[in-house]
Amino acid sequence: MSAFSAVLKRDLRLARRAGAGASLGLMFFLVLIAIVPFAIGADQKLISRLAPALLWIAALLATLLGLDRLFQADEEDGALDQFLLSGGSLTMLVLAKALAHWLVTGLPLSLAAPVLGLMLAIEPQAMLPLSLSLLVGTPALTLIGLVGAALTVSLNRGGLLLSLLVVPTAIPTLIFGVAVAKAAAEGRDFAMPLTVLCGTTLFALAISPIAAALALRQARG
Amino acid sequence: MPHINIAGLPGGFLTTFSSLRLVALGLAVRRGPRFLFRGLDMSLASGQVMQLTGPNGSGKSTLIRLLAGFSPPDAGTVRLEGAGEEHPGAFLHYFGHREGLRPALTARENLAFLAGLLGGDEARIPDALGKLGVARLLDLPVRVLSEGQRRRVALARLLVVDRPIWLLDEPLASLDVEAIATVSGLVAEHAKAGGMALVATHQPLAATNATLDLSGRREAAA
Repeated sequence: MSAFSAVLKRDLRLARRAGAGASLGLMFFLVLIAIVPFAIGADQKLISRLAPALLWIAALLATLLGLDRLFQADEEDGALDQFLLSGGSLTMLVLAKALAHWLVTGLPLSLAAPVLGLMLAIEPQAMLPLSLSLLVGTPALTLIGLVGAALTVSLNRGGLLLSLLVVPTAIPTLIFGVAVAKAAAEGRDFAMPLTVLCGTTLFALAISPIAAALALRQARG
Repeated sequence: MPHINIAGLPGGFLTTFSSLRLVALGLAVRRGPRFLFRGLDMSLASGQVMQLTGPNGSGKSTLIRLLAGFSPPDAGTVRLEGAGEEHPGAFLHYFGHREGLRPALTARENLAFLAGLLGGDEARIPDALGKLGVARLLDLPVRVLSEGQRRRVALARLLVVDRPIWLLDEPLASLDVEAIATVSGLVAEHAKAGGMALVATHQPLAATNATLDLSGRREAAA
């Protein structure tokens, strides 16, 4: 457990120290949402209808940003070797990295989403459900990305391959995440899509750290 | 010669591991059409400092990574006798070309991370850096350190985290004469206290009491 918290603490500290690491995803999210009205035009109804989907796509892309460096940096400086000598399970250390990544990307995105939703004229009653759907769904995005990051750890410029691997597997999360916000905007009950969204996150939580740890071990074989 | 205080337990933690032996039998590593080495047997026991020599590309780093359990051999086995049920990785230090330090973090933060990860004692960090002659670098980001200073900071983890087996790959690279003597002294003290070390280096190491030469072991695969 101390190894888990050591990894978590270091990654959070690195994100804070590097500056860009923590706020880059959020800035990207903000920029993407800010340019949408310019691209689509002043049709407020249309933008309002597209808002949940746009916010979710922006969240997915913001999560992917920098994910390729998640394990690569540890591989390059030799920290990954030390992970293997901790005597504990690599799966738990990988999970610690995922938690740190979510705390600096997914969590701030989820909290900022209602504010950015205002820029997209989102229905007021959809704001909290949208935030909730991101809060529940972004951990799945991070966890799915974790496997991609582990698979591409030894590839230089693996970023594109990573996106190709991760985006298709993130589609269920995207569908049900948007469904929650859409249902809320139209005043319908959103319990069903929210439950499925929770399910995808729990599924990713159960599978991804194990898969990522396996991929990391294989990459060194 | 600097004195290491591998304290903590009465009588030193290493006495607990006096029955520990790292044994490798019939190791082979294949690289394309030839073997780097084949049928390699070795054993490392308490009190031994084994110097690993051989020309560049003879497989020294490969052998050390293999013994650390990072990659499987193409043939043969690596066994840690006397370790019981515990994970073999929990008994060893691996020190390689990539030191495992993050440039953005300070020396103290880097070592505190390794202490947390590997089960060491954070309180020993200032002392350990002092023994390696870099106490004043404690709160500087590793980014601003020179190559030799960085190696010294990285080596401090050997003292911050107690592990009976030290696998050191070129630990003396980039070090000045004084630091080489210090590291050599640390290895000697470690062996005297009941630990063991395998050190790949081209420089004479005073503490050496066994050698393993990988030169001339290369052979074509059938």
